[in-house]
Amino acid sequence: MDAAFIIETIVKIVVIMLIFSALAGFGTYFERKVLAFMQRRLGPMHVGPYGLLQIMADGIKLFTKEDIVPQNVVKPIFKIAPVITAATAFMAAAAIPFWPQFTVMGYTVHPIVADINVGILYVLGVMAIGLYGPLLGGMASANKWSLISAARSAAIFISYEVITGLSLLAPLMMVGSLSLIDINNYQAGGITNWIVWSQPVAFILFWIAAFAETGRTPFHLVANDHEIIDGFGTEYSGMRWGLFFIGEYANMFFISFVMAIIFLGGFGDGTIAGAVQLILKVAFFFFFFLWTRAAWPDVRPDQLMWLCWKVLMPIAVLNVIVTGIVMMF
Amino acid sequence: MHHEEPFKDRNVSEQSAYYFVDIEAYPENGWDKFKQVARRTFSGELFVGLWVVLREMIKFDIHTVQYPKEKLPIGPRYRAVHKLLRLWESGYERCIGCGLCEKICISDCIRMDTRIDENSRKEVTEYSINLGRCIFCGYCAEVCPELAIVHGPRFENASEQRAHFVIKDDMLTPLDLLKAGEQAEYPGFGAVIPGSDASVKKTPLAY
Ligand code: SF4
Ligand code: SF4
Repeated sequence: MDAAFIIETIVKIVVIMLIFSALAGFGTYFERKVLAFMQRRLGPMHVGPYGLLQIMADGIKLFTKEDIVPQNVVKPIFKIAPVITAATAFMAAAAIPFWPQFTVMGYTVHPIVADINVGILYVLGVMAIGLYGPLLGGMASANKWSLISAARSAAIFISYEVITGLSLLAPLMMVGSLSLIDINNYQAGGITNWIVWSQPVAFILFWIAAFAETGRTPFHLVANDHEIIDGFGTEYSGMRWGLFFIGEYANMFFISFVMAIIFLGGFGDGTIAGAVQLILKVAFFFFFFLWTRAAWPDVRPDQLMWLCWKVLMPIAVLNVIVTGIVMMF
Repeated sequence: MHHEEPFKDRNVSEQSAYYFVDIEAYPENGWDKFKQVARRTFSGELFVGLWVVLREMIKFDIHTVQYPKEKLPIGPRYRAVHKLLRLWESGYERCIGCGLCEKICISDCIRMDTRIDENSRKEVTEYSINLGRCIFCGYCAEVCPELAIVHGPRFENASEQRAHFVIKDDMLTPLDLLKAGEQAEYPGFGAVIPGSDASVKKTPLAY
């Protein structure tokens, strides 16, 4: 391994970390604004023009707040849990191609940290490890709301892993590779080649599961404010809580990227136009996360489990079987 | 003006506005349940919800009042922090120091001092209201025979101390504002009813 490769990788990691931490901040701003507009409000307006500096204010507040570790918590686990959430979210980003490769001053840059041949498996696996953030944080908090939230997050994440896995199986059978770059190139021929046309059911299933994986409304049971306060985040304050937050928003962005790449053609043939399209697709998915939060109520935990095991999983299995039969002939 | 709410028959009957919400029968067997789920899934209700919020976003009909910069109008009879008014023509204080307001105040928060001035007129030297105790009942304004103490529209009375006072200088209409004709009469408690001139009768002198 030569030095240039190591330096390039480190630079890429730092850039991705910085961009997506900042995007997580902007994500909160957009979320507040979009929700406000949908509810006929203005949202943040006072800090900076149109409240744009609200992110700064929030950041300063989170960073300078007292770091409270309550009595009776299991201290080491309580302290490490938010790090798990944020770290796994960013680790998952390693195998996601954010942009087609481009050449600057004769040097070709691949905007992906590691094009491993099991890319999507790695992404989903690491995102699944993110479960340990809410789970450990909730269990270590010595708070009953947190405990309920931990139990729920374990149930939801594990159940919906099944859906993500099974729904992705069908497209992966068609592509024949787990690398996100290969999946992207499979659809490089244009809009008619997008997997969403041949696998609409898988697309819907994965989309639904993405809401559960990121814990967004209507599957926001892990930290449902009106029944279990902030769930696993109840006892957290300051930057530890901020890490949970960054993890959640980074996850939303990454899962949007994954959906756009697998089902909606990704960056297409790799031209600038394709790259811009990728950004627009991701923006749409992100906007949809906010949109549903304004429009839809939350479902009950038992309804969520019902939906997963009695509806989505059979459909996913059927989808895999039908895809297999069609591919056989 | 006398107004009487027209009597409404509030009993549930054919004519009343009450109606029973149409609740469909609960599914009884598995097949019915399945049909219900399928109907709800494919009827697109979720998209109606999405459309409603998107429509509101596009219409951009914002109802926010950016409070410290903008304020909603309050009712003219709103009972906020008090004002002491002046006579329009002479500019004298209307208050004659009768002490009725001090007497009637149910939270005992008006404090006043008077003296007899050079013209043998009663002059109010001190007048303060403890806003920490005042319950803004409006009795003082109602009892005042001179329409001197009234309620104003200033509702922002947060302060650093629990008890804070409005003193005479704060409440009394400044002379320059009076000259500019900016002293507003208060239409609330104790004020002259509009059109009351018509109902004034001569005092009968002969019994
Ligand atoms: S409003 Fe009521 S409580 Fe307040 S000063 Fe007047 S009489 Fe007293
Ligand atoms: S009732 Fe009116 S006139 Fe009498 S002391 Fe109070 S404010 Fe003055």
